[in-house]
Amino acid sequence: MSTDIQHNPEKNPADNRPGGELIRLEQITKRFGDNTVLDHLDFSVEAGKHVTLIGPSGSGKTTILRLLMTLTKPDEGRITVDGEQLFPATEKQIREVRKKIGMVFQQFNLFPNMSVLRNITEAPVTVLGLPKDEAEARARELLDLVGLADKCDAYPSQLSGGQQQRVAIARALAMRPKVLLLDEVTSALDPELVAGVLDLLRDIARTTDITMLCVTHEMNFARDISDQVLMFDSGRVIESGSPEKIFNDPENDRTREFLSAVL
Amino acid sequence: MKWDWGAVADFMPLFWDGLLVTLQALALGSLISFVLGLVWALLMRTPTRWVRWPVGVVTEFVRNTPLLVQLFFLFYVMPEWGLTMSALTTGVIGIGLHYSTYTMQVYRAGIEAVPVGQWEAATALNLPVARTWRVVILPQAIRRVVPALGNYVIAMLKDTPMLMAITVLDMLGQARLFSQQNFQFTEPLTVIGVAFILISYLASLLLRALERRLVH
Repeated sequence: MSTDIQHNPEKNPADNRPGGELIRLEQITKRFGDNTVLDHLDFSVEAGKHVTLIGPSGSGKTTILRLLMTLTKPDEGRITVDGEQLFPATEKQIREVRKKIGMVFQQFNLFPNMSVLRNITEAPVTVLGLPKDEAEARARELLDLVGLADKCDAYPSQLSGGQQQRVAIARALAMRPKVLLLDEVTSALDPELVAGVLDLLRDIARTTDITMLCVTHEMNFARDISDQVLMFDSGRVIESGSPEKIFNDPENDRTREFLSAVL
Repeated sequence: MKWDWGAVADFMPLFWDGLLVTLQALALGSLISFVLGLVWALLMRTPTRWVRWPVGVVTEFVRNTPLLVQLFFLFYVMPEWGLTMSALTTGVIGIGLHYSTYTMQVYRAGIEAVPVGQWEAATALNLPVARTWRVVILPQAIRRVVPALGNYVIAMLKDTPMLMAITVLDMLGQARLFSQQNFQFTEPLTVIGVAFILISYLASLLLRALERRLVH
């Protein structure tokens, strides 16, 4: 199962092995009006790593995911993914690079007018040009993985929030991205549904070599899956390190303050 | 005043002709207003104001001038510019164009009501813009606006008698013709009044059935 999610037959499997740098943000500045959300931010993520962004709301964590998904553009700076430039770039170039990136949203954002199966197959068929039966076979495998094999023909409104989010995860994985962006994926869920989604993500983190970039308020989850934790405050990374270090022995006062408030 | 069933019987052949014309005007007018309204709504979403601005001005103009004036304009002025159409065709285009400036507002509201997360999910999946409109945004937007569009169909039905002013023999046109020839007004006007109510009612039933089908 491990290679099944991530393995891309056209590419050398070594491409995805940990080690190489996959994401690089250089001198990124993002303003909303007078509010500078990110201020000359530099950071990079190595392939196969699971990086978690923590910090108070409004500190720019989600903005980073949105910049990588090209849902918003930086005002200054440069973004590179897998050696190809994502910003600044032409629309055509963006479309190419974006194929490497998948995203799961806080509000799931499934297409309510499509069945679960069609939600998952739509993009592989129209964007990657996969034959319909192949895309469907793959979608069924993914639904099996997320524990919803029996929900192929259901519509999103017939599913619980947790089930919808699992479908959203399957939909993102169906595009075989190298990077999975997770934007507070359990924040909109009823408390009893959170654990199931997090367990699924732990599984995916453990059994695949997909690179993950998470924004989360679930500190236990962050501790479990992260190779690296970045603490954000006011648009800057004020501390970064292994989860052990950040959670057990933070150096920065703001980090300590934040963690004592949320833990 | 006394009711004459004989007059009703005499009127019926004319009534059926008129009904057919009214229904044609309604069906084709609705079709034009649905399609053209969507075109206006989409054009108003283009990034260049060189498209938005002229479309905005034209549709605002059409929406804020009387349908009757537009019908006269199409029927009497267009031929001077070399464009001659039958009275019914002119009427259908006039009513369809007029109502398209209302349906465009309905579509606009429907499109704006689709959550921004749908656009974001489509971007995240790298769906091309045209595809996003076709399979994600419009199906959701249109589902939302069916009831409002239906209300305009019924409003359009009630405006079809205006076509009489440009010589179209719709139900009212036939009723007037009959009345003038036979000096019997009560029967033909009552018949077409009842017909209008029945068509409205059937249309609303149809609409509710459609709404039910569209809801998951």
